[in-house]
Amino acid sequence: MAVVKVEKLKAYYVTGIYGVKRTIKAIEDLSLEINKNEILGIAGESGCGKTTLTKVLFGMIKPPLTVLGGKVVYNLGDGNADILSMPSDQLTKLRWKEVSYIPQGSMSVLNPVRRIKKTFQDFIGTHRRMEKKEDFEILVRNYLRDLGLPLGVLASYPHQLSGGMRQRVTVALATILKPRIIFADEPSTALDVVVQRGVIQLLKRIQKEQKSTLVLVTHDMAVHANIADRIAIMYAGKIIEEAKTSVIFKGSLHPYTKYLIDSLPRIGDKGYRVSVPGTPPQLSSPPKGCRFHPRCPNTREMCKEKVPLLVDVGDGHKVACSCISDEKI
Amino acid sequence: MSNNNKLLAVENLTKIFAIGGGFSRDKLVAVNRACFEIGSANSEIFTLAGESGSGKTTLARTILGLIEPTYGSIIYKGKDVTKIKDKKERMWFRKEVQPVFQNPFETFNPLKKVDTYLYETILNYDVANKGRDTEQVLKNILNSVGLSLQEIEGRYPNELSGGQLQRTSVARALITNPSLLIADEPVSMVDASLRMSIVNLLKKLKEEYDVSVMYITHDLDTAYYISDRIAIMLRGIIVEMGPVEKVLVDPLHFYTKLLKESVPEPDPDRKWKEEIKLSTFEAEEFARVGCKFAGRCPSVMDVCGKQDPEDVLVDGRVIKCHFYKKK
Repeated sequence: MAVVKVEKLKAYYVTGIYGVKRTIKAIEDLSLEINKNEILGIAGESGCGKTTLTKVLFGMIKPPLTVLGGKVVYNLGDGNADILSMPSDQLTKLRWKEVSYIPQGSMSVLNPVRRIKKTFQDFIGTHRRMEKKEDFEILVRNYLRDLGLPLGVLASYPHQLSGGMRQRVTVALATILKPRIIFADEPSTALDVVVQRGVIQLLKRIQKEQKSTLVLVTHDMAVHANIADRIAIMYAGKIIEEAKTSVIFKGSLHPYTKYLIDSLPRIGDKGYRVSVPGTPPQLSSPPKGCRFHPRCPNTREMCKEKVPLLVDVGDGHKVACSCISDEKI
Repeated sequence: MSNNNKLLAVENLTKIFAIGGGFSRDKLVAVNRACFEIGSANSEIFTLAGESGSGKTTLARTILGLIEPTYGSIIYKGKDVTKIKDKKERMWFRKEVQPVFQNPFETFNPLKKVDTYLYETILNYDVANKGRDTEQVLKNILNSVGLSLQEIEGRYPNELSGGQLQRTSVARALITNPSLLIADEPVSMVDASLRMSIVNLLKKLKEEYDVSVMYITHDLDTAYYISDRIAIMLRGIIVEMGPVEKVLVDPLHFYTKLLKESVPEPDPDRKWKEEIKLSTFEAEEFARVGCKFAGRCPSVMDVCGKQDPEDVLVDGRVIKCHFYKKK
């Protein structure tokens, strides 16, 4: 069952300074379904619209980001609700309690002049009524203990903690109210491998224990291989392939995904690796037709004109490439 | 072995930073008695790997002469470069050793055209005379990094992709015809799809142009892919150093083992198994007496907390660990 359903979403960054209008087509005609109790990985290179997508999914739309069309529907058990047409106070009620967001570079979101404990107090206080201070203490302490974080962090200031610890505190903060959907945007990118492993495992544990839905955005395919159930590959504002993790790694169909997987170096294998030829497109003027066609090894005439649709080729494996959909259908 | 036939020999290099001021002065040993050599007869790619805060960037900056070492020597082609006073000699060293920095978007001034950096470098180092020569040199250099002059001429940094900028950065470093490139995390800010092209470029430079590279990274996958030898740093100390096939495929030091296990593999059939223990406070590990890894090590012994481990030679590599000394 889909918890979040995205239909034909179109989101641009529109700026107009001194009459010079500029649009960056960050998300173009994107449809996606996120199921209950799954980890969906969203992958793609920088500037492909991953972060914009998570922002829209979370309903955090502030100019210059403008949604020009489409729907984002949450289904939290009590009927469907389109968050793009929802009044803002209703959306605020959903936030953090039902839906949570771990932003990029989130280890710097903590208030530097407040102890971690106070930050927790501020956070919980605005979303839930706490009659007694003791209740709050017990809630926070139990939760941190469950997650295996040292209780000593509560009395510290953010600058006293290492980057990895701050990141884990933010993850704890974002999930303490047990949200049903968690959007995590590059939660482990600025971290070292050992710490990254700790943070990713923490997220996975939370997802498993609370049976929530986790949407993990990162460009690191190896992280996806470790944690995601399903992966969606984005390229220039569109989803070009979507399938189960094993299918993406073992039997991907889109040429971009193939390049992405084949270019990954591995310890113990010194075979020659190539990167994707060409450069990523500018989203202010994306190429016509298939957006990947200038870099694609098997471009045909029709690729330059026709925009390929995301077609199901069986067992939930969807690809947007006219070469492949023509063969299968 | 004499150091004269080595390209670069670093001996006992130490950098101590003072933290805080006034009465609460603390010492932080960012690089602790580092010893290693790069290249002799043949050029090689030497990787320095470690987590953030392990001192790898400090070490690189010290070699480049951007930071003065507290003590220790850096011998380049038989000459101790920490003691160079002469302007001419300093110029020679700068010509010989060139840096490539981490973030290509920050390397270049956004208000300056990218090619001015190349022209300026050519003129500053007297590589070519003004006029047609300059353009010919530039064309050759850009060709060797896989760019053309048309692609970058008259362009500002924001008009180029990260990959193109990083190539330009490498091209700029190559102008003086250096023997050693110091590349500090050259791919960490480059798009995933273009990353391998930069890594392959470094490999090509070594093979075709006989340039040695000191490749600094936290990414063990690319380190394995391009380097010949690798040194793993932990809190300022090189804990394991040797041929990359040995160190990364079959690590011996327990920290290297942990690092290797933590690298996520791009294979859904081989996921991480058990959960790991993380260090809670970084500063604590820096100040620890004895082995810095003792707090997290699975086979910690009494001696680890008391004595600094010495270098042990095991299976063709140098390891700082008490565990292997016993044997």
